[in-house]
Order: sequence, then structure tokens, then C-alpha cells
Amino acid sequence: MAKMHVKLTVNGRAVEALAEPRTLLIHFLREELRLTGPHIGCDTSHCGACTVDLDGKSVKSCTLFVAQANGGSLRTIEGMAAADGSLHPLQEAFREHHGLQCGFCTPGMITRAYRLLQENPDPTEAEIRQGISGNLCRCTGYQNIVKAIRAAAERMSSTKEAAE
Amino acid sequence: MSAAEDTVARKQKLEGLGTSRKRVEDARFTQGKGNYVDDIKLPNMLFGDFVRSQYGHARIKSIKKEAALALPGVKAVITAAELKPLKLDYMPTLAGDVQAVLAGDKVLFQGQEIAFVVAEDRYIAADAVELVEVEYEELPAITDPNQSMAANAPVLREDLAGKTEGAHGKRKHHNHIFTWETGDAAATAKALASAEVVAKELIVYQRVHPCPIETCGCVASMDKINGHLTVWGTFQAPHAVRTVASLISGIPEHKIRIISPDIGGGFGNKVGVYPGYICSIVASIVTGVPVKWIEDRMENLIATAFARDYHMTGEIAATKDGRITALRCHVLADHGAFDACADPTKYPAGFFNICTGSYDVPVAHLTVDGVYTNKAPGGVAYRCSFRVTEASYFIERMMDVLARKLALDPAEIRRRNLIKKEQFPYRSALGWEYDSGDYHTALDKALKAVDYAGLREEQRKNRDAFQRGETRSLMGIGVAFFTEIVGAGPIKNCDILGLGMFDSCEIRVHPTGSAIARLGTISQGQGHATTFAQILASEIGIPAANITVEEGDTDTAPYGLGTYGSRSTPVAGAATAMAGRKIRAKAQMIAAYLLEVHDDDVEWDVDRFKVKGAPERFKTMAEIAFAAYNKVPPGMEPGLEAVSYYDPPNMTYPFGAYICVVDIDVDTGVTAIRRFYALDDCGTRINPMIIEGQVHGGLTEALGIALGQDMGYDAYGNMKNSTLLDYFMPTAVETPVWETDFTTTPSPHHPIGAKGVGESPNVGGVSAISNAVNDAFAHLGLVHTAMPHDHWRVWKTAQKLGLTR
Repeated sequence: MAKMHVKLTVNGRAVEALAEPRTLLIHFLREELRLTGPHIGCDTSHCGACTVDLDGKSVKSCTLFVAQANGGSLRTIEGMAAADGSLHPLQEAFREHHGLQCGFCTPGMITRAYRLLQENPDPTEAEIRQGISGNLCRCTGYQNIVKAIRAAAERMSSTKEAAE
Repeated sequence: MSAAEDTVARKQKLEGLGTSRKRVEDARFTQGKGNYVDDIKLPNMLFGDFVRSQYGHARIKSIKKEAALALPGVKAVITAAELKPLKLDYMPTLAGDVQAVLAGDKVLFQGQEIAFVVAEDRYIAADAVELVEVEYEELPAITDPNQSMAANAPVLREDLAGKTEGAHGKRKHHNHIFTWETGDAAATAKALASAEVVAKELIVYQRVHPCPIETCGCVASMDKINGHLTVWGTFQAPHAVRTVASLISGIPEHKIRIISPDIGGGFGNKVGVYPGYICSIVASIVTGVPVKWIEDRMENLIATAFARDYHMTGEIAATKDGRITALRCHVLADHGAFDACADPTKYPAGFFNICTGSYDVPVAHLTVDGVYTNKAPGGVAYRCSFRVTEASYFIERMMDVLARKLALDPAEIRRRNLIKKEQFPYRSALGWEYDSGDYHTALDKALKAVDYAGLREEQRKNRDAFQRGETRSLMGIGVAFFTEIVGAGPIKNCDILGLGMFDSCEIRVHPTGSAIARLGTISQGQGHATTFAQILASEIGIPAANITVEEGDTDTAPYGLGTYGSRSTPVAGAATAMAGRKIRAKAQMIAAYLLEVHDDDVEWDVDRFKVKGAPERFKTMAEIAFAAYNKVPPGMEPGLEAVSYYDPPNMTYPFGAYICVVDIDVDTGVTAIRRFYALDDCGTRINPMIIEGQVHGGLTEALGIALGQDMGYDAYGNMKNSTLLDYFMPTAVETPVWETDFTTTPSPHHPIGAKGVGESPNVGGVSAISNAVNDAFAHLGLVHTAMPHDHWRVWKTAQKLGLTR
């Protein structure tokens, strides 16, 4: 199948590659770029394990062709820590509050929570639950995930206040 | 610092038993650096994909694979015709049956594997699957197990023609698998005949699926130069897979290496041996390069490892004041097209004979008939210890049915029949010896915590208000008690394919006082690397942070039977403690030698041996570890290593009391869990944070089962819930906040008194939720309505009771 030229920014890095037009974004990330943090859990956009951030929106990368992301800026779980390696408050909060067990949904869950807190830095518990309802977790029952996201929101806002 | 403060500080530093230690696994998972099977990419690796049956029951007239083979990038298309000469067209199941690896003459369920296409990447493989032409002749399907043994029922398993004897005794019909009978038939019949009250009910536990977010898969790599086969896979029992792979393939076992890398949840789905594994291995042997096979979600739901599908008829006899005098149960068990249950060999219905539950039942009788249908094989223990979930649901619904009949409160009828503390160890009517329990304390604590009397009063007011037309919502209160039977198990009772169900731990203490422990189990999210290090920290006085725990590589880990049935803590956890004690015994001799006193003159103190009566004279574990490599007593071997293979003397019996409050909108059938209180007693608690996490997760899976999951088939054998659009997975929105609590009754026979907890919430949770839904309509005459209690079914119940507008 004829390949097309795709150009995108992934975790701050410029990426150029040839890909079949039908290549799904998740397969491109996992198999071409070897970013294996985002996972495949359902193929039908229900589970959210493949969630990545594209141009300021959470997207399910199993339901997007890489061609649709052409020219875009992507962030995956691998791009969540700071350049100096220090973890994002969400990554720390998930560990601190036992917000993960098998870890398979975690990259998608944290990436989704990242966008949720960008959109709503001070969400209520109900808003968090609604905000992550496109991401399934079979292990935790969500309770500690909600707790972790709330804790990260508080930490991020206090860091922001301290900076101001 | 006082001596007592010093002891506390040293204990804290260990992060041993009872500490909510943060998980060591999380660093990699939160950064996207886990290593799951589908993350593996080897040079020249090919990708396998299945052509699957579109029919529930059909004869295969022909398979045309030329077009697929002509597609560039396709390397092979394997069918039963290729496997037959290798005697690989059928494989043994864990239950003593055989299962077609690839269907030859007939397909027996929708989604059954027919051909394995091997191609350069998954896209080409998917294209090639479409190009394989299968011609079918459709046959009548059986999807209702009640029809399986009809005289004129179609023959499903032609490969078993003339076989009147199965793995578990006589087969009485061509679609019959086994009859399992236990208990005292005559005494039970007599007690039922003379009973003051008998409650009878059919309780169906519908077919569900464990559905971990990661599906099943593997990468098989045959090195033809040295004859070594390596398989990475989503295996809950890697060592057993190695043995089975050797027996099936004829490759000597020492040349097979099975590796379970990180596993994205198992819940029983990843215990079995699936055609995908066999085909990947064959394909790697044929092509000479590694072959990866990863299920998609639809394949996972339609073809691998369903659970339950138990149709249980119960009769419970009691006195007028609600004391149980006998229990009889008959189960019709739908096993699908092949008996691929994962149960210990001697237990074709698993531990379903725990169905007398937490109650002092004087006499009982159980029969189970397993039958074939045109559905996927499986019958695995989904977050469950071999059918204890079905058994517990059965008895907990029966207790409520009996309570209704006697107009007794569900909590009260339980209180009157719970096994008393002083009766432990308790021998049940169907032969189990419950190790320890304090059921009444647990029940009372639960009732008090939720203000049970207050809830019933509120419910009375709600019913009055409903009657007056002031509300359209009905309140239901579900009470459930459960006793699990986990930790299979004693080798005398429990084996799988002849492999005794022990487990193992091997410890190496390094000269500088850190250690590695390897176990025969494999974590799928339970946090073994965190908790097993805690057990060991308390046993050998090395901080948990200095102990690496490794599992899942059969070349390095000691042999064990794996992780399912809540057996890791009861069996491998015990092995860990026992191996730790061997280390400590040797350390004691080294310490005494270094301190120049007799072995008996030193005593253990958290992280050191000290001289009795002279606590200022001591050797720390770190000092002893170093001495083990250069200064051991004369005649002693150097080094500080130990291995333990633990055969438990008995199962462990965790228990709990759960209470659920639901509000049901009768006009929509929407059931909301307002409150859920879970009291668990899992014996000694290793890591309370992880226990709570397990309970949250198990309850959420219970919610899914009780309120929505049902793997339905139509009359043609079409599976109706084959994607996550149709198969209910609770999201954060439907899931309530779970309240957790505990009592602690240690197991008397487990080295550290731990009982296991991962599955308890799924066992007790389903009963509590289902009891609550039934309870909401109890005052209107409802005795029992079947799960799942989804909106449609609940609305239908309300409609039948004349409540809808």
C-alpha cells in the first residue's frame, strides 16, 4: 500500500515518517516510535487505554489514523515528566494514593487526567468521575484514582499560587 | 532513645507486615514503562491472526486459503489439516477434556478458531483473514443448557462418539460431560421431607467474562539452532504452561522458557491454555522466526474463558424459627463446547461444595451436571476460587428466600445460623474444614456501622411514601455474609493435570545485606513485588526496600502453580515466610558464632540477633549476611540462601459481612448504589493500602456482574455482547464510593496467619447487591429475580409487580 509522509511533534520532538494511510495512530506510536506507554484495550473507543493528548484535546488513538494527526502536537505518558526527569504531580499522586494496580490503564488514565485538570483545575469529585468516564479500569474501582487526581489538582494549584 | 522506641524505629524502617507501603511497581507503570506482551518487538517477528467461525454450530465444507497465501507479506495459513499429522489439532484442557486447536470438520461455537494466518504485520494478517474462504453447512445450535440432554438434541461433540466414560466418570448422554455428587442424599431427603419449612428456588448465575483491559496474547520464538523455545505470554501460571507446552509439543521441558512479563489484569481470564498459544508456537517452528499473537477485544469476549453459567436449584429446610436443618442443591453447569474449566482435577465443579456457606448446616447433598452447548469453552474462576463465587451467591440468595418465607429479617436469619466462633475448626456437611472465624462479631460490627435498624426504619418510611405516591423510588437493603475457600491447595486434594498445587519461594541474601526473592506465582496487578518483600522484611529483618521480588520467568523462578484462586498469599506467601525462616535459622548460627555464644543464647530482635540478657551485644542481619560469605562456623557451607516449596495443610477461609443500600427508580429501572459497606476478615493484614485497593476493585467488578453483565446468545449461537458497547463495564460514574472495614482472625495454620483477599469482594459483593435489588421489591411479594439487574430487567420486574405507569 502506498505510504504517505507524516510530520508531527511528539512529546516536544519533531517526528517525520512514512505511514500507510490506514495506520492507526496507536500503532504508529507503539510500533514505529516505540512509545509503548499508551495501550490497546478494546479497539472500539470504549476503554481509553490508548488515550493521548493531541493539540490540547484528549483523543483515543485507536480511533484516529496517524494521517489525521498529521501536523499536530502530541503528548503521551512518556512526555508527562519534566525535562529534568521529575515526575508530573499526577504521576506522583497515582503512586501516593494507590491509584493503579496492573498499570495497563494507567498511562491513558493519567494522560486523560492531565487534560481534565487543564480544562478544570479545581474539579469536584463528581466532575472527576465524569471527566474520566471514557477510561476504564478493572482493578481499582476508581476510588483511589479519583483521590489521586484530586490530590494532584490541589498540589498543582498550590504550586501555581506559590509561583505567583 | 529508649529501647522500646528503638525497636519501633527499627521495625518502621523494615516496612514489614501491616505497613501501607507504597508500591515499587508504580514507578514504571506511571511513566509508561511497563513491559506487557504486546510491547515486545523482536527482529523479523511475524504476526498471527485467526479466521474464526461465524456460526454457533456448522459443518466445515471447505477452507480455501489460496487467495490469502497470494497476498504479499503472508507467510503461512495453518489449518487443522496441517496440525493433524503433528497430533496438534486437539489439545488437552485443564479439565480432562480435549479442545480443538483449529476446527477441522465442525465448528462448535461462534468465534471458534479455524485457521491461523501468519503475516509480516497485523494489518496484512487482518487482510489475509478476510481472504480465507470458509464454506459452512449450518447445523442446529444448542445455547440453552436445559436443552442439551434432550433425547433428540443434536450431537455436539462428534469426536467423543461412543465415549461413555469421561474424565469424571460416566457420561449419560452425548452432550453430558459429568455428574458430580457429594454429601448425604438419604439424610438430606429425610430432613427435607420432615421439615417444618422448605424454601425452593432456581438461582441462575449468568455467563460473564473477566474482561481484563489487556487481552490475552503471546510471542513465541523457536531458536532452531539450539532447539530452545521461548514464549512470552499473558500467563497466570507460567510454570504449568511450560509443562503443558512440553507435553503437547514433545520439546523437552528444559528447552522451553516461559516468561510472563507485566500482565494487564487477569481475573482468571489468563489461566487457561488457548489455541493462540499453540498456533503461535507452531508458526514459529514452521517459519523459524518469532510470532506474536494478540487478541482483540471481540476475540477475547467471544472465545477465551467465560465464567459462571451455573443454573442452581436449591431446597433449604428449616424450623419455624429459622434454623436450617438441611440443604439440597442441583446444578446444571453450562461448560460450552469443550470442558475447559480451570479446576483442580478432583473437583469438576470446583469448590462449589462450599455452598453451605457460612452457616451451620447439619446435612447437605449436592449434584452437578456438566453439559456441552454451542458456546465458548471456559468456566474459569473469574476473581474467584473455583466456583466459590457461584456457591456463595447461591446460598446467600437462598438465605434471603428462606427469610421471606419465614417473614424474618435477612440479618436475623443469618445471625441464627452462622457458625459460632467456638465451633472452629468447623467441619462442613460437604466435607471442608473451615480453619478459623468469628462471624457474629463481623456481622454485628457491620450492622452497627451502617445503623441497620435505622436503615430498615428509613426503608419502612420510603415504602409508605411510595404507597402514598410521594416518591417513585424504592429503597433496597442487601445483607450478605460470605466464607471463601482459597489457597489451593493441599496436594492431597488439589492438582491440575497431576501437578500438585504447592507454591514456592527462593531467597538469596547478598553479602551487603540486600536480597532477591523469586516466587512461583505471577502478579497481575496485586503488587507482589511490594507485599512479598514485606513478608520477608518481617521474617529476616532486611528492609523491604532492599529486597527485589521476581516472578514469571521459568528459567529463574522456582516451580509454582501460579496466581489465581486467591492462592498467592496463602501458598506462595507461606513459602516466602518459610524460606525466610530457613534464612533466619542459619543466620542465628552465624550470629552465635560471631558473638562467641551458644546458638540458644541468642534471640531474634526485629533485624538482629542479640545475646540473651546482654542486648548491647548483637549482630545485625546486614553483618550476618556479610559474615555468611567469609566467616561461617566451621563445617557450615558459606552463603545465605534458602528455598521453600510449601504444601499447605489446609485451605484458608477468609470471610466478610457486606451491606448494600440501593435506590431504584421504578419508572426507568435505574438502580443506584447509595451506600456499600464491606467488612473483610482476611486474617493477618500484610499491606492495608493494597487490601483496600483489592476490595475497591473486586466490588466494582461485582457491580458490573450484578447490575449489567450477561454474555447472551441467541438461538443460532450468535454472541450478543461481543464488544464493550454491549458488554457492561462500570465506569467511574456508576461506581460508588466503597466503605471498607475489617476484623482480623488469623489463619491458625498459615505461617503468618494470612488468608488472602483479592477475590473476597467479588464473592460477597455480587450477593449483597443482588440481595439489595431483590429486597427493594420484597414487600410487594417478590421472592427472587435473576441477575443481571440492569435497567431493562429491573423495569420489567417493576412492571410485573404493577408499579410502572
